[in-house]
Amino acid sequence: MSDYIIKTIQSGVLETLQMTFWAALFSYLIGLPLGVLLYATSKGRLLQNRPVNAIVGIAVNLMRSLPFLILLVLLIPFTRFVTGSSIGTKASIVPLTVGAIPIVARMVESSLLEVQPGIIEAATSMGASPLHILVHFILPEATPSLLQGAAINVATVLGYSAMAGVIGGGGLGAIALQYGYYRYQKDVLWTTVTLLVVMVMLIQESGNLLAKKNRKT
Amino acid sequence: METVFELKNVYKTYNNEGKEFTALKDVSLDVNEGEIFGIIGMSGAGKSTLVRTLNRLEDVSSGQVLFYGKDLAELRPRELRNVRHEISMIFQGFNLLMQRTVIENVEQPLRIAGVPRKARREKAREMLRIVGLEEKEKVYPARLSGGQRQRVAIARALASDPKVLLCDEATSALDPKITGEILDLLSKINRERKLTIVIITHEMAVVEKICDRVAIIDEGELAEIGEVKEVFRNPRSSAAKKLVFPSNPFDPTGEDGKLIRIVFDGTKASEPFIANLVEKTGLKVNILSANTRSVGGIGYGQMVLELPEDTEKQKIITAFFEESGLSVAEVENTAVSAASEVDKHE
Ligand SMILES: Nc1ncnc2c1ncn2[C@@H]1O[C@H](COP(=O)(O)OP(=O)(O)OP(=O)(O)O)[C@@H](O)[C@H]1O
Ligand SMILES: [Mg+2]
Repeated sequence: MSDYIIKTIQSGVLETLQMTFWAALFSYLIGLPLGVLLYATSKGRLLQNRPVNAIVGIAVNLMRSLPFLILLVLLIPFTRFVTGSSIGTKASIVPLTVGAIPIVARMVESSLLEVQPGIIEAATSMGASPLHILVHFILPEATPSLLQGAAINVATVLGYSAMAGVIGGGGLGAIALQYGYYRYQKDVLWTTVTLLVVMVMLIQESGNLLAKKNRKT
Repeated sequence: METVFELKNVYKTYNNEGKEFTALKDVSLDVNEGEIFGIIGMSGAGKSTLVRTLNRLEDVSSGQVLFYGKDLAELRPRELRNVRHEISMIFQGFNLLMQRTVIENVEQPLRIAGVPRKARREKAREMLRIVGLEEKEKVYPARLSGGQRQRVAIARALASDPKVLLCDEATSALDPKITGEILDLLSKINRERKLTIVIITHEMAVVEKICDRVAIIDEGELAEIGEVKEVFRNPRSSAAKKLVFPSNPFDPTGEDGKLIRIVFDGTKASEPFIANLVEKTGLKVNILSANTRSVGGIGYGQMVLELPEDTEKQKIITAFFEESGLSVAEVENTAVSAASEVDKHE
């Protein structure tokens, strides 16, 4: 491989990490509250509210059922509106975020559902308000599970970021496509793929470790 | 004496997908300040439902639950939360936060009440001292035994200085020895802090050990209520009889043999009175069941005896026991077989 390609791969790694980081961060900023909302407004829960639950639930399901590639294309005008461009690393963050939000929301919801109902009952009997129960009882109890879910989500975003390369995003995915597919340079293809796999595994493992360290049971 | 809880004709009907089930039917009772009040009944009788109406974890369908004269149903959310600071509850499953240390768990009710951090910690430490777990404050509940977890739950329940402690099968997950320790702790707290305690259980031994009064719930209805001693000595309802009678009595040998139950409550248990009976009167009885235990060297318990068919002999025997200071109650033959049948079915 030429020096040029090695440099390109190096900056590709950096771009991939940037995209993953920002998209994961933004998707949690929106997905976490959505997940909490889905959980809290469902039947028999703290803030039971059918209309809210139904609307959020349908929106999340719709978003999730779109294949990511389709979402990428559909979002081009929106991406251009937000970032001023529809190609490049920065632009990829938009569809990655949008694609990850529903996954994050459902994952958060299911982590919260794992919390023992007895804990909520105990908190209620102590005279805690619904908000207090959410913040001081349910979220702490769900933390290990939330971290485990976060590891999966970040790894998924990283995988998706490779796909974003298809429509002009940066990162390793774009390199794999350009050199590996269009120019048929096998060594570049395999190097980038290996790097992607290693990165996914590292994220997954460190997430698991973090969750395990946090789990007191 | 003040009344802590007053239940007036309480009904509770669950409605699940069109299926109605009435778990409480016309329950009226009072819980007095400072007493340990037991609620006992078979599984599914409605005990948990009943205790959960006391802090309005469950709304009643009709009737009233008054707490120091206040109708819980009329409280607004914020008022209800404030009332709940005064009614603590412990559970069969302990319900501790597993991701928080022991002391952080005990601090929870104080945090809800808005107590500042330092005062919270101090108070929580004091509570842990009461339950004898001051050394475990930094430990996570996963590393505690069941008995220790329940102690943490008790410390947590006491932290808000409640007026009442509700216990829903608080000892059912524990072995008899640890159950005894927890019950001792509860009765100590009852004495020292003048805390009213309501205990739900399906074990007669629990009621016997620490309750002052007991209510017997049977299929959602209040079957009987009274002083524990009284109910033990003379259970009137069939539900009470089922609970009070020892399990699995032998079948009587004859259809019309008379059965009696003798109860000794610490007064005369050291005497070998069956031997005395034989010696003094020359008459024999058949022991169908005996349920006795020694508490601090004093015997408590009861026996079901089958007497000879001759009525004269029966009179002599009954008189003998009564003269010995034991309480004697006649038992219907059917009551015993009903009780034994229930036991067989379970
Ligand atoms: N949420 C509910 N919806 C419908 N039925 C219920 C509900 N909760 C309890 N029940 C029913 O009400 C009855 C009484 O239940 P409860 O839990 O009060 O019994 P219990 O006396 O506490 O029994 P156990 O000793 O097994 O705990 C049961 O038949 C139960 O099936
Ligand atoms: Mg129960």
